[in-house]
Amino acid sequence: MTIRTLTAAALAATALTASLAATGGTALAADPVKLIDVIELSGPGAPAGTNWKNGVDLAVSEINAKGGILGRPIAVTHYDSQTNPGATRAAVQRAVDEDAYVVLGPIFSGPISASMQITQRAAVPQIVGGEASAFTKQGNPYIFRTSLNQADAMPKLANYLRDEVKAKSVAVVWVNNDFGKGGRDSMIPELQKRGIQVAADIPTESGQADFAADAIKVKNANADAIFVYLNEEESARFLRSARQQGIAKPIVGETTLLGAKVIELAGEAANGVKGHVGLLVDAPKPGFAVFGKKYRDTYGFTSDHNGIKGYTAVYTVKTITERVGKFDREAFAKTLHGARIDVAQEPGILIDTKWLENGDVDRESFLVEVTDGKPVVKATLPMINP
Amino acid sequence: MDQFLQLIVAGLATGAIYALAAIGFTLVWQTSQTINFAQGEFVMLPAILVLVGTHAGLPVWAAFAVASIAFVLLFGFGFKRFLVEPMQRHGVLPLAIATMALSVLVKEAAKNGFSAEAQPFPSLVPDGMLSLWGAALSARDLAIVVVAVVAIVGLQLFITRTRTGRTMQATAQNPTVARILGIPVERMILLTFLINAVLALVASYLVSPVYLAKFSNGESIGLAAFIAAIVGGFNQIRGALAGGFLIGLIDNLTAAYVSSAYRTAVPLVVLVVVILVKPEGLLGRKEERTV
Amino acid sequence: MIRRPDANLLILLAAFPVLWFLPAGLKSYGLYVVSLWLVMSIAAMGLNLTLGYAGLTSLAQGAFLGIGAYATAILTTKAGWPLPAAFLASSGLSFAVGVLLGFPALRVKHHYLAFVTLAFTVVVFLVARNEQWLTGGVFGIANIPRPVLFGSDLGAALPFYRLLLCVTLVLALAMWWLLRSPWGRAFLALRENPLRAASLGIDIRAYTLLAFAIGSAYGGAAGSLYAPLVEFIDPAPFALSASFVLLLTVVAGGAGSFFGPFVGAFFSYMLPELLRATGGWYLIIYAAVVLVIVMISPTGLLGLIERWRDHRSQTRAAAARAAATPTLGAEAGGSESDSLRKGATP
Repeated sequence: MTIRTLTAAALAATALTASLAATGGTALAADPVKLIDVIELSGPGAPAGTNWKNGVDLAVSEINAKGGILGRPIAVTHYDSQTNPGATRAAVQRAVDEDAYVVLGPIFSGPISASMQITQRAAVPQIVGGEASAFTKQGNPYIFRTSLNQADAMPKLANYLRDEVKAKSVAVVWVNNDFGKGGRDSMIPELQKRGIQVAADIPTESGQADFAADAIKVKNANADAIFVYLNEEESARFLRSARQQGIAKPIVGETTLLGAKVIELAGEAANGVKGHVGLLVDAPKPGFAVFGKKYRDTYGFTSDHNGIKGYTAVYTVKTITERVGKFDREAFAKTLHGARIDVAQEPGILIDTKWLENGDVDRESFLVEVTDGKPVVKATLPMINP
Repeated sequence: MDQFLQLIVAGLATGAIYALAAIGFTLVWQTSQTINFAQGEFVMLPAILVLVGTHAGLPVWAAFAVASIAFVLLFGFGFKRFLVEPMQRHGVLPLAIATMALSVLVKEAAKNGFSAEAQPFPSLVPDGMLSLWGAALSARDLAIVVVAVVAIVGLQLFITRTRTGRTMQATAQNPTVARILGIPVERMILLTFLINAVLALVASYLVSPVYLAKFSNGESIGLAAFIAAIVGGFNQIRGALAGGFLIGLIDNLTAAYVSSAYRTAVPLVVLVVVILVKPEGLLGRKEERTV
Repeated sequence: MIRRPDANLLILLAAFPVLWFLPAGLKSYGLYVVSLWLVMSIAAMGLNLTLGYAGLTSLAQGAFLGIGAYATAILTTKAGWPLPAAFLASSGLSFAVGVLLGFPALRVKHHYLAFVTLAFTVVVFLVARNEQWLTGGVFGIANIPRPVLFGSDLGAALPFYRLLLCVTLVLALAMWWLLRSPWGRAFLALRENPLRAASLGIDIRAYTLLAFAIGSAYGGAAGSLYAPLVEFIDPAPFALSASFVLLLTVVAGGAGSFFGPFVGAFFSYMLPELLRATGGWYLIIYAAVVLVIVMISPTGLLGLIERWRDHRSQTRAAAARAAATPTLGAEAGGSESDSLRKGATP
């Protein structure tokens, strides 16, 4: 048996070497320009990653139909990050080995933190979907966001709770992952600064299905308002549980709470929910409506903000490359820092966007309330530094 | 006090789902030494199949009917005939690994073949509150408990009051002796697999309106069923029942009164203490030792 | 296996130069995947000792991987230790925790032991996630340094891979020696028949603890190498599912055979990467492959035949014993009270 083991191992090793070696070697000079998308297609991030992937595919097919970038078509490859830092690292490593022009994704910040040194070392720009605040603080010149940093969104929301909701006390429900914890850590000081009391501080599990105990706890905390910072599906489950336990206080949240998916899943229970939204298919910008319709026609469901992020990421690559005038990664990263892309110039960007020196973005955002199963925009908040 | 009552009801509702899954798990273990690590996926899948039906244009009742029949055939009969039977002679662990692979297969197939996203699922019970002893209780939670209890009592009656049920129980307790006594053992084993599928089906239809139908729903339910079965002694239906309700209750009470951050650990630690004090499980009998 | 130990040694020594030179042409991705295979093989070797040789079903190997990874990450990034020192400390810590966890293993067996170790894994995961002051919580620990040994920087992919290969060889040789020694024979005796082992004068308590602790130390050692390999850790890779995958790795590779862990780790950690080319279907294909392998080739998976024989002899013994018990004879359907009565009389 041992000899057979040896033979098998030798065969496997040879096959492996051959297949791993075969993946390298495609040069940048080949005709299509190579974008590699490392994204959450399994694990807890799968819903977000699927939206992003669809958005990327949609943008790529549009751009290719119009002749590509500087005359070269885009060839996009998707690798599953499994929402796992180790697997993400392997996939990004592979993307770099395969000479990706730009790496797109991932969305969750654990996987981002595990992979961003690799693109930095290889000097490959990486456009990610993460909202957690940490990774643009490290001085990495190759990392770029597609949405607002949650640290920028929370002050807007705290003002809203003080001025519009007029809450004196707030119960905070958050998901215990990097996204939720980061949001909670930025929100609580903002509330305290405004003299709003934190009546309850409740962590929940990522992927949690049963929110009955949390809803009961929130109900009995008897706060003036409830701030919910969970991923989309958990938001919907919480809203249903809150309705089931008869919670009547205003429920306020950030982008994820007001997503199309949440409204679809929570049904009735989503009515009356309000908050601050960075990207929204239903926002009063003509580009969003066109994108939203195209996405729905292609995939059969409404895109959430991650679909918009993936879509605009590809258009960002196109616009900036055209500004540079050639395919040069270093010049791309330099140009994107401090760049501003307006819809007037590139409709695919959907909303005027400015990139800061650390890779954060600045753009308008919206105050939204759900009425009759539709998100209704109540006000548009300006850019922080237009 | 009313908060406590609400938590008890919510805990019982969660526990009822776990108990349904754990009872099936135990039955299958008893008759065929199968540790079914795909049990959670068995609870996830029927709801997905119903939605596949409604998306294909079937009316809701027809979708339920088709999904139920297809599921029981595939994961009651098919599971036993094509996975457990050929694997059984190789021992407990390889079969357990095979069910582990099956769980990944079912989960990924549901994701790729249907949807990566959670979907709303038609509820058989309306939302609403019932007022009992001054506490506002969720009608749906109460309904889950009631339906689950009816299903479990029905199963218990079937096992103790009918000839087939008693024969099945004898097979479960000692297949070898049952075979010697001329009991159609294979048919009885098949029966436990069918019952397991039906219990999973009931759990699926009860839980999906609340949890939403999603490919990954089985992960936590399967784990809870496994734990409930162990705590119950692994060879006792009543043990699995008690284990399921206990986990649901401790989980909800922990989240409210102890720590949300350590919520998943507290039931486990409590139950580990139980196991260490009483190694044969909550209501279990001692397993005979092979010398 | 045990009867022909020198074949194992020969294979080990022959494989080393092959593995030293073969991946030299790979790019950093290929090297990363092969490195991951080595690291996970070490963890699986440890579990193979606990499960395959000593017969203890543990669902804690993923947790020990985590303990080792976090200990190394904290010691190197926060306390400034060099990696070799952190490696020894991490392995030692895992050994100590393994001894502590081994105590319950003396009280319970089989699925109860699986449950106790499962609870331990959940607790370790939650501590890593919740105690942010120590572990960085959900944000993890970034920038874990790769080692500099004797003045040369081993940070690049190929030198680091070769370092891992050397460590793997040393640990595999240690395992080979251990299994050949009287200890290894005692572990086997423990799995085959604990009662007889005790009657032959083997101190069950000491050997159970030892099997658990050494297996855990290998898990910790693997974790200690995993941290600098990925250069970033957060709690996710050490969740319960990691322990299940390791269990699958050992069983699919062939529990109780010396090279089983290497074969198993190939299936669990390299095959999914090789299947990436199939796009969204790769996990389905992977699961189907595992299922088919486990189903159709019980003999191809090293060591499975032996387990099957064990099981068959046990069933036969159980049948003989049960046939001698008269309680079930009169009535075909034993009720539950019947079974409880049976349980009361040993």
